[in-house]
Amino acid sequence: MHKPIVEIAVGLFVVAGLAALLFQSIRVGSFNGDSVDDPYTVHAYFDNIGGLKVRAPVTMAGVNIGRIRSIKLDSDTYRAAVELSISGDYSNLPLDTSAAINTQGLLGEQYIALEPGGDPAFLKDGDRIRLTQSAIVLENMIGQFLFGGKGE
Amino acid sequence: MTDVLRLTGALSLKMLAVFGRAFLLLLQMLRHIGVLATRFPLFVQQLFVIGVLTLPIILVAAVFVGMVLGLQGYNTLVDYGAESSLGLLVALSLTRELGPVLGALLFAGRAGAALTAEIGLMKSTEQLAGMEMMAVDPVYRILAPRFFAGIVALPLLVALFNVVGIYGGHLVGVDMLGVNASAYWSGMQQGVSFYDDVINGVVKSMVFGFVISWIAVFQGYDARPTPDGVSRATTMTVVASSLLVLGLDFVLTSLMF
Repeated sequence: MHKPIVEIAVGLFVVAGLAALLFQSIRVGSFNGDSVDDPYTVHAYFDNIGGLKVRAPVTMAGVNIGRIRSIKLDSDTYRAAVELSISGDYSNLPLDTSAAINTQGLLGEQYIALEPGGDPAFLKDGDRIRLTQSAIVLENMIGQFLFGGKGE
Repeated sequence: MTDVLRLTGALSLKMLAVFGRAFLLLLQMLRHIGVLATRFPLFVQQLFVIGVLTLPIILVAAVFVGMVLGLQGYNTLVDYGAESSLGLLVALSLTRELGPVLGALLFAGRAGAALTAEIGLMKSTEQLAGMEMMAVDPVYRILAPRFFAGIVALPLLVALFNVVGIYGGHLVGVDMLGVNASAYWSGMQQGVSFYDDVINGVVKSMVFGFVISWIAVFQGYDARPTPDGVSRATTMTVVASSLLVLGLDFVLTSLMF
């Protein structure tokens, strides 16, 4: 009855089951983000972030190079302070890189797209991206379209 | 006319008696929860038979369920340019519904039927009666370890089902159809909450494990000790537990979400 192989198999089964639960809590559920290799952090301030969420991707030329670490409201300027965590593989982004909040497809999730500038100096850990473009709020655009149409 | 009434009455009384016996057996088994401590090797042995031996069918089914979800989800979402939500769709449908329900149905077919047949055969070959003669309580020695092993095994199986299913979706969606891998995972993380979705899925699978083990053990213990009786009991286990799982799933879903 008490073959060690049985007990080993049961032990493996229980450990695998618990590991699967842990996996679900960390990787599937919202406990922790996908880690970025050797990341450095830059800040960006936006007038309006729309539906941007923490852990959303940061891309340049469509390539994923990092993710959003935190979003806060800056209580002095009343702008959204966004912390971007960018992979250390891409440590040569120009200092005057600009950031825009875009949407994947019409209804997809929002992400930050970086556009390189021409400055020979590079962004370092803790630097701030100065040129930012807010999210396009669809409702505002519809409103402008409606009122614009009436005016003409 | 009176014949019909009499038949209905007799049938209702018989069913009521079955429910009563099932509840009494449940109380007896719950009273013997101490078997987990005193006879732990028995419990481990049953966890092997019920849990580990059910793993292959669960894992293979999970891969294919995940792949189908990935394929169907992709084809639907790509029309709206929303294929980045594929991970969310796969993970949410697995953790909330498909994992617990399909896992439970497979579990009822593989482990529940085996439990009933085993116990029913023990009864028909008078092994259970023999144990009682030796002053060994079969509920304590045979039924309770199997019952509790079923309750523990199913949540673990379902957890593995979910993870393997998510990787099945990843295989089709990301590796074959070219959805962005980080969108697959980050969409999942944004939409699936640990307490509302993952924990509720675990609670669901525990309830299903309880129901299936209870029915299987009871049907075996209550089977008529003939080949025909054991075969009927096995069929009854699969049919009753499958239907009850589907019905309970609706009730639990409406309570939880």
